[in-house]
Amino acid sequence: MRFLLDDEQREFARSLDAMLTAADTPAAARAWAAGDFAPGRAVWGRLADAGVFALAVPEEHEGMGLLPVETAVAFVELGRHAVPGPVVETVAAGALLSRLAGLGDAAPAKRLLPSLASGDAVTTLALPEGGPFALDADAATLRLTATGGELRLASGHARVERSLDPVRRLARLRPDGELLASGPSVTEASRYAADWASLATAAQALGVGLALLDRTVAYVKQRTQFGTPIGGFQAVKHRLADVLIGLEFARPLLYGAALTLKTPDVAAAKAAAGEAAYGAARAALQLHGAIGYTAEYDLSLWLTKARALRSAWGSPGECRRLVLSGGRGVG
Amino acid sequence: MDLDFTAGEGEFRQRARAWLAGHVPGQPLPSLETREGFAAHRAWEGELAADRWSVVSWPEEYGGQGVDIVKWLVFEEEYFAAGGPGRVSQNGINLLAPTLFDFGTDEQRARILPPMASGEVIWAQAWSEPESGSDLASLRSTARRTEGGWLISGQKTWSSRAAFADRAFGLFRSDPAVDAAKPHRGLTYLMFPLDADGVTVRPIGRLDGKPAFAELFLDDVFVPDDDVIGEPGQGWRIAMSTTGNERGLTLRSPGRFVATADRLVRQWRAHGGPGDTALRDRVADAVIGARAYQLFTWANASRFAAGETIGAESSLNKVFWSEYDIALHETALDLLGAEGELADGGDWAEGYVFSLAGPIYAGTNEIQRDIIAERLLGLPKGRR
Ligand SMILES: Cc1cc2nc3c(=O)[nH]c(=O)nc-3n(C[C@H](O)[C@H](O)[C@H](O)COP(=O)(O)OP(=O)(O)OC[C@H]3O[C@@H](n4cnc5c(N)ncnc54)[C@H](O)[C@@H]3O)c2cc1C
Repeated sequence: MRFLLDDEQREFARSLDAMLTAADTPAAARAWAAGDFAPGRAVWGRLADAGVFALAVPEEHEGMGLLPVETAVAFVELGRHAVPGPVVETVAAGALLSRLAGLGDAAPAKRLLPSLASGDAVTTLALPEGGPFALDADAATLRLTATGGELRLASGHARVERSLDPVRRLARLRPDGELLASGPSVTEASRYAADWASLATAAQALGVGLALLDRTVAYVKQRTQFGTPIGGFQAVKHRLADVLIGLEFARPLLYGAALTLKTPDVAAAKAAAGEAAYGAARAALQLHGAIGYTAEYDLSLWLTKARALRSAWGSPGECRRLVLSGGRGVG
Repeated sequence: MDLDFTAGEGEFRQRARAWLAGHVPGQPLPSLETREGFAAHRAWEGELAADRWSVVSWPEEYGGQGVDIVKWLVFEEEYFAAGGPGRVSQNGINLLAPTLFDFGTDEQRARILPPMASGEVIWAQAWSEPESGSDLASLRSTARRTEGGWLISGQKTWSSRAAFADRAFGLFRSDPAVDAAKPHRGLTYLMFPLDADGVTVRPIGRLDGKPAFAELFLDDVFVPDDDVIGEPGQGWRIAMSTTGNERGLTLRSPGRFVATADRLVRQWRAHGGPGDTALRDRVADAVIGARAYQLFTWANASRFAAGETIGAESSLNKVFWSEYDIALHETALDLLGAEGELADGGDWAEGYVFSLAGPIYAGTNEIQRDIIAERLLGLPKGRR
């Protein structure tokens, strides 16, 4: 029993952090929100080079194997840096196709996984276990839907709707399109992929929460009122202490879930990380005062994402139901 | 990273489970906050100790099994899963013993630890005073030098189970000339019998009226030099460094909360209304919280095993488990509905009352949040 990231995993996080810091992800996120995907695609390419999209792809399909812990490590960093795009969906699609291959239907995996792992395919995905919308359908080059036991390449998507998080572009996928696979294995692979999506979203939310806390701690140390840094006031300190407690107890749930990949564990991690990140967002906005309420200040990128991620890939209520029911499709 | 136990840890778990299955009392013992319950719990400590299960992590020479922190956590999981009684020796085992391991003499360890392990001598903590709670360094009880030892005087209060305990340990001001701006100096840490000449123990009913809590009036009580822990005058440092590391892990083990959350889920499955999603969500939160605390502790144990130290992080633990414990019990009482009001309605009521004290003792949660903010987040120090 050694429930600690190993050196390699820590190094992976550090290198992603350094790369994303240099990539000016806030600017890419703002461009993405405005419909200019080029800067985001550039970040995407670097993430692909780092292997991020190969983390749920077996080696025979040019991936790195199914690595949920490394996925969690990576998505914490993606959240910390507010990386735009359907990153969760792309990794979850990898898990879905991999699982389908494991269940005997390897054709879709052979055809799609290599480009997905290499980052060439920006993939979005709509599953019955997720919400009604696919993320960034207009930016994606591959759109998958799985409903009623049928996996299809969607023929297109409806109008893009605005999200509370301007960086997240939401649209319903058309239910028709080329049939890639059908039968109970699609249903099972879809459930499996939903767990990956939920895990990656939990990690991303944790990263968002950590970024909000970091920025807020830095701000309250330098913002002075009544002749003293506001971070010296106990009401401020205690609120931030609670944010840290929430995040630090969500973290082990995340890594525990990555190790077991059991639905109730993933749901617990998602619920806890979602709440912790949202709590961090509320505290961050309050403690920044009015400047935190402005769109032009970068904090807004994380503030709005914290709320959106709370309901993406498993609302708080659904996650709690899963914790007690023991699995998807049960109770 | 993994959560797999070694073969040795698995074997230890099985051994603990088998022993507990054969020994844990079938009926819950009466409350350890009552005279009758205290005696029953003392006898239980003796039974645990007879087969070396009362202090598994201590060296064998003092009655333990010399196991590491991971096995200790395994034992605690099994203990609470088996419905093991609350530990009446906990103040001695969790607070005094680590101090003696670090600062005591060989003679003190040999004399004090074995009867502590067996429940023969049960210890009370005499730190707080009527005027000194959170600001403990302001304490006023005194220790005066005398032939062969010290004479202690003053008043201590809120001493858990001191009404029935045998001995107490606490801090006393031995250097009255100390600079008022440096109240942490000139304190001496020592131990004394609760039935000594000059000690008056006055029981104070807890919130539920149970009589084991007490205040202590001390009037020139003689304490021999052998019962001073560490150097006279160094009491503050000794008391505060009570193996900061392990204490964060051992004060409340996750096994207790995991077992209680399991019990809550069973109760909810038996009695919960399927449509009451608000209550269902709280039950789920209890499960999530227990798992979070368990995994958080495993992570700390792993850090500990890797030679890292755990300092101010233990304040995260303290706030988490104390607030979690209340939420867990409130959920159980709400699930019981009208029955939840019954004081003798089973373990939930007793557990609820006990949980309410969590944010107050072991350093109030306000003080813990100050520590988190200042030492972990690096925010400016405020007034204390
Ligand atoms: C069930 C129980 C068992 C106990 N057992 C023992 C025992 O065995 N031995 C022992 O020695 N003591 C024991 N105590 C006492 C306990 O350690 C003290 O109650 C605790 O240290 C708080 O002190 P106080 O009660 O005097 O509260 P105070 O220090 O007077 O605090 C009152 C309130 O003010 C807040 N406050 C104080 N200072 C600050 C600050 N700087 N910033 C913000 N808020 C502040 C506190 O957080 C608290 O909410 C026990 C207490 C309880 C409830």
